[in-house]
Amino acid sequence: MYNKSLGSKVFDGFNIAFMILVAVITLYPLWFVLVASLSSNSEVLKSGGLMFWVKDFNVNAYKAVLFNSAIWNGYKNTIIVVIAGTALNILLTAIGGYFMSRKGVMLKPFISIAIIFTMYFSGGTIPFYFTVRALHINDSLLSLILPVAINTYNMIIMQTAFLGIPDSLEEAAKIDGARHSRILFSIMLPICMPTIAVLILYYGVSHWNSWFNAMIFIRNRELFPLQLILREIVITNTIVEGSNDFGYESVGETIQYATMVVATLPVLLVYPFMQKYFVGGMMIGAVKG
Amino acid sequence: MKANKSTSVKKADKTSFGVRLKKDVCKNADLYVLVMPVILFYVIFHYAPILGAIIAFKDYTPNLGIFGSPWVGFKHFIEFFQSASFFTVFRNTIVISFSSIVFGFPAPIILALLFKELSNKYFSGFIKTVAYIPHFISVMVLCAMIKQFVSDTGLIGLFVNNITGGNTSLLNNPDYFTPVYVVSEIWQTMGWNSIVYMAAFSAIDTSLYEAAEIDGAGRWGKLIHVTIPGVITTIIIMLILKLGKVFSLGYEKIILLYNPMTYEKADIISSFVYRKGLQEFNYSFSTAVGLFNSIINFIFLISVNKISKKVSDISLW
Repeated sequence: MYNKSLGSKVFDGFNIAFMILVAVITLYPLWFVLVASLSSNSEVLKSGGLMFWVKDFNVNAYKAVLFNSAIWNGYKNTIIVVIAGTALNILLTAIGGYFMSRKGVMLKPFISIAIIFTMYFSGGTIPFYFTVRALHINDSLLSLILPVAINTYNMIIMQTAFLGIPDSLEEAAKIDGARHSRILFSIMLPICMPTIAVLILYYGVSHWNSWFNAMIFIRNRELFPLQLILREIVITNTIVEGSNDFGYESVGETIQYATMVVATLPVLLVYPFMQKYFVGGMMIGAVKG
Repeated sequence: MKANKSTSVKKADKTSFGVRLKKDVCKNADLYVLVMPVILFYVIFHYAPILGAIIAFKDYTPNLGIFGSPWVGFKHFIEFFQSASFFTVFRNTIVISFSSIVFGFPAPIILALLFKELSNKYFSGFIKTVAYIPHFISVMVLCAMIKQFVSDTGLIGLFVNNITGGNTSLLNNPDYFTPVYVVSEIWQTMGWNSIVYMAAFSAIDTSLYEAAEIDGAGRWGKLIHVTIPGVITTIIIMLILKLGKVFSLGYEKIILLYNPMTYEKADIISSFVYRKGLQEFNYSFSTAVGLFNSIINFIFLISVNKISKKVSDISLW
């Protein structure tokens, strides 16, 4: 260790102060949403957006949210899509990544180029919409799962992970008579668990947060995912059924904050446990570029 | 790549392509069967829409279908080029995209460099954890927060209105649309995007730092002579990726934040495609605009990549 010069110490001081500022700017909006959701409507309106602690504590907003069947239904639909969608994502991404990482397969270069081309060129929103309708999966949760079954960027991350496994492993398995499906699922995948964990996080969060496909494909309100219900409450300001039981006046804006908290909390609770994985995952992506 | 070439050369020994292909399909039959669902996915959800984009050259009517509708050539493209919207959505796409790059691109690099200088492991771990959080907030919640904060009773709305004497939500003023968009974009992506640069830092050979220290370099010297040269490739690749996406700016945030009062500054190509197609049901016209956008985007990405290859020898492929 070398002795730090005065300039170096001053820099450290400024750096730490700046970092604290970054943390405050990052956290304050989220903190505000949380404390506002637990405060009374009139206090929130009076606060002018500046509130560091709960004022006039009450949970009326949460009562209105929790007694709202549309929100529960949205939760249910979102959870179905997250679980089923992510499972399909991982299965197909693993297969695709495995295929793209094989050597000496004649059609592979052609298929890889055809796949990567789709990252840079698409038919556009309308033809995509027609395709899904032609399959008759619109107005079904399948329209939120099948069209996004593979994210090509994630598949490249998977491919990179498979490329890191020595060829000798595959050779040995082949001598033992293992077929490709067995090599992939029994040998390769267990080795790549950290990458799989990252992809589960990426896909899971993207399903949880997605809303556009649901907005254009789903008409039946019973099938709305949580984000669409959230849209009705916070963006288009449609009054929620059920909130009248608690007097909408007394709940008002705070119900919007409560819904935001309810829709975000699950992701933020899972996040710290996944953090150690995704930094590694980003590095895999970064090396590949 | 090299290994791949040599094996295919070995295999090439004078047999015809058809024979070799047949042999390959037989040998790897189980692999091809395994990958079939993946190929089907790309055919159905990526290539079928590309084929479906032919309605851009037709007058699509639902009862005639995609293939039965009459051809009209470039009618919809010409209509778009001649409309007043053409200039507006193009300008807005470029303005919002470039503002995002100019202000948003350096932010994660600077943040990563500052993270690197933090000596306390726990403090730096805490700050990083906090900085990644916004990435996980959904666009919907982000837009809801933006609406609240820039409204006439929100923190930022009140602050700005106090200075300018305005009295409505900033989202009703077209001039504030790009700043609101860009600032919220930086808030959400800065921390997460810094991970790539930190990964690049960790790939720098530590002996270079030791050598620089022996040569008498301080922290600044090491930054200029070791760290920056060590991550410049990553920086350029990230810049190419960002520039390549200038015209494919997404509609999600736009359509949640804009309203008819701000269309003149907020409407971009993709939101225009969405509105014309899925809200006003001008399917063919909207597809034409979308296809034009895709082509422009593709050409632009290739050009950026070519220029970068020439200037700095760094490219995506």
